[in-house]
Amino acid sequence: MFPEFGQVTLILSLLLAILLAVVPLVGSLTGRDSLQAFARPLATGQFVFVAIAFAILTRAFLIDDFSVAYVANNSNSLMPWYYKFSAVWGGHEGSLLLWILMLAGWTLAVAIFSRRLPSVMVSQVLSVMGMVSIGFLLFILLTSNPFDRILPNVPADGADLNPLLQDFGLIVHPPLLYMGYVGFSVAFAFAIAALINGRLDAAWARWSRPWTTVAWAFLSLGIALGSWWAYYELGWGGWWFWDPVENASLLPWIAGTALMHSLAVTEKRGVFKSWTVLLAILTFSLSLLGAFLVRSGVLTSVHSFAADPTRGAFLLGLLAITVVASLTLYAFRAPVVHTRVRFGSLSREVFLLLNNVFLMAAMLLVLVGTVFPLIASYYELGDVSVGEPFFNLTFSPLAVAVGLLLGAGIFSRWKRTDGGFLARKLLWPAAVSLVVAAAVMVAMGGFKPWAFAGVLSAAWVAVATFQDLWLRSDSRHGRWHGLKRQSRSFYGMVLGHLGLAMVIAGASVASNYGIERNLRMSPGDQTEVGGYEFRFAGVGERQGANFTAQVGRFEVTLDGRYVTTLYPERRRYLVQGNVMTEAGIDPGLIRDLFVALAEPVGENGWAVRVQYKPLVRWLWLGALVMAIGGFLAIADRRYRIRETSASRVKQSPESSSSSTGRPAEAGA
Amino acid sequence: MNPARKRKLSIILFLLAGLAIAVGLATYAFRQNINLFYDPSQIAGGEAPVDVRIRAGGMVEEGSVRRDPDSLKVEFRVTDYASSVTVMYEGILPDLFAEGQGVVATGHLNGEGRFMAEQVLAKHDEQYMPPEVSKALEKASARAEEQGAKELPNY
Repeated sequence: MFPEFGQVTLILSLLLAILLAVVPLVGSLTGRDSLQAFARPLATGQFVFVAIAFAILTRAFLIDDFSVAYVANNSNSLMPWYYKFSAVWGGHEGSLLLWILMLAGWTLAVAIFSRRLPSVMVSQVLSVMGMVSIGFLLFILLTSNPFDRILPNVPADGADLNPLLQDFGLIVHPPLLYMGYVGFSVAFAFAIAALINGRLDAAWARWSRPWTTVAWAFLSLGIALGSWWAYYELGWGGWWFWDPVENASLLPWIAGTALMHSLAVTEKRGVFKSWTVLLAILTFSLSLLGAFLVRSGVLTSVHSFAADPTRGAFLLGLLAITVVASLTLYAFRAPVVHTRVRFGSLSREVFLLLNNVFLMAAMLLVLVGTVFPLIASYYELGDVSVGEPFFNLTFSPLAVAVGLLLGAGIFSRWKRTDGGFLARKLLWPAAVSLVVAAAVMVAMGGFKPWAFAGVLSAAWVAVATFQDLWLRSDSRHGRWHGLKRQSRSFYGMVLGHLGLAMVIAGASVASNYGIERNLRMSPGDQTEVGGYEFRFAGVGERQGANFTAQVGRFEVTLDGRYVTTLYPERRRYLVQGNVMTEAGIDPGLIRDLFVALAEPVGENGWAVRVQYKPLVRWLWLGALVMAIGGFLAIADRRYRIRETSASRVKQSPESSSSSTGRPAEAGA
Repeated sequence: MNPARKRKLSIILFLLAGLAIAVGLATYAFRQNINLFYDPSQIAGGEAPVDVRIRAGGMVEEGSVRRDPDSLKVEFRVTDYASSVTVMYEGILPDLFAEGQGVVATGHLNGEGRFMAEQVLAKHDEQYMPPEVSKALEKASARAEEQGAKELPNY
């Protein structure tokens, strides 16, 4: 009974979404407050019904209701409860429901946290969010119903969740990633609303900034978690494969990064408005493209949902409607009058413009590399794939260039910057980063041009950021006072940039100085990787909840001193009979040691993968620092102060009238 | 030319130069790294180039996997059930590599018609099949049917 009820609530939320898309919009266009007042209740109602549907699906998983096809395909009674819970989004239908839940959640969040925005703006933003909801609710109801039943032959037990996904990483990775993907729909909705009512101004930019930043922070976390998960779970020890689905998440991230910076210029200086709107549309379209790439089954990828052409066609249609409709609106409504704001060729505006240019170039490269195989196969130019070297070769110089530009841009001023001033400021970063890069080369024992460029760029960003912090915090009342005086959004920026520096440093050192050895080892054998001695002590057995594992024992020593013992596992999952590698990892800030037990070879021998990965943690820590920066930035008092002062202005006529009304009442 | 225009022009020229460099770099890298896919029938028919990085794939032939007992060298045959090609690989095979499963390998064809693989990808769950492999199998079976149809009048 419950699953059918879930489907009914989804249909109800679709009806509410349709009302949400139409009623407040009509109200805002005709100036009828009574219709606009529906926006918030409708957004709330939509969220409530989607949440009920999600809860019902979750219940079906937790009580092992295998009459629901999706549960039967993705769960098993042997799984521990937390994997049953995360299995809700382990397949296509459930993850789509999670996506919709997040969309409804973001819509509700806009409804709650926009009390101080003009009601016309709120109505239009919520209406646009409603339109997006319609698309996805139709998608789930028409092509991917998670509540489909297998009746009357209910299977006795489920087919189990793909063992790769039975992991902590999967519990958190998709929700965070979707928070990011879907969060960009808010920036999109603000852009569309601004186009509809022609209010492309600093206020619009200020309203969309925190939403964009928080979505970006979630996406950063989601991508980093995915990379971390691939590192320890796939057993290859890699952290980024330029896999099409990874690229699909990177594309909106790059566009979102550009959007954040462009929004800053639009808010502070009132320029780049049309470009910012276009970026907001692009970012959300790339999120949709990502959904299409992942869910249509058109790609050869580590991530896959079982292919179904109707789903692909539907999502492609959704993407086409979004792009065509918003670009048409853009063509008619984008500001044609050029703002007469002047800025010099070394101004902060120009640096941020260049940031956008480089980011767009990087985005286009990734996009071409990801989509070209699809286009080639569609036009029957042959089945091609674009190899990793393409991405490494083209993305690395851009990343280095973005870093170098960023370091210089930190010291630039709005309107114009004196060239000599900038050059003097950059002396320290230049000197220190050269020394650091050279020192890293010596410490790692070998000059590698890309490692040098990467470390140089990372150190340049870090030194410039700290120098800027130092200069700004100079105060007559002491350093501590100066540091406290800086705003949260400034610290957000500092962390964002430091995080980027960490990611660049980690990526260049780990990929250039990482050592990987694949070899055949028998118990008792030893091997040396990166100065560490790995001794294969033996293999034991272990019984898990739904798997049996062979556990290797590797004793690691450095110069004869004991470092750690690693226990890589080779698990056989009972239900599907799949074999999974569970790597043994000794994590560290400076280096990771990684041992994976692959297949048995010959008598008593094992294929073993031993890796030494310097600075690899910096990649994920850097992304974490970036995300913390994002969350810090939106906690800035500025957003609240301006909002309250704006509300005071708006409310003052009412409050004054009520204050004049009160004595009269009292008198009566 | 007034200074404002001059400035704009210089910005535009700068952007164009950057764009040209990016496009040049990208096309260069792109040409180097496009790997065409060939199925076993195409390789057996001599359509695939020798010593060029390509991808090949199909099903791992039953009973064809031979491992070297002392190293990680492995040899197996990949088939589309019409033709097959020998693949040589040294390294760790993916967890889900098994006889009778679909694989896609990246590498090059040597002079003796053997495929020297640098990387082997297997499917990673029960329902999934690399699209290239399923296409190759479809093509092979379609060809077989066609031949069957041609041969039919003889009977």
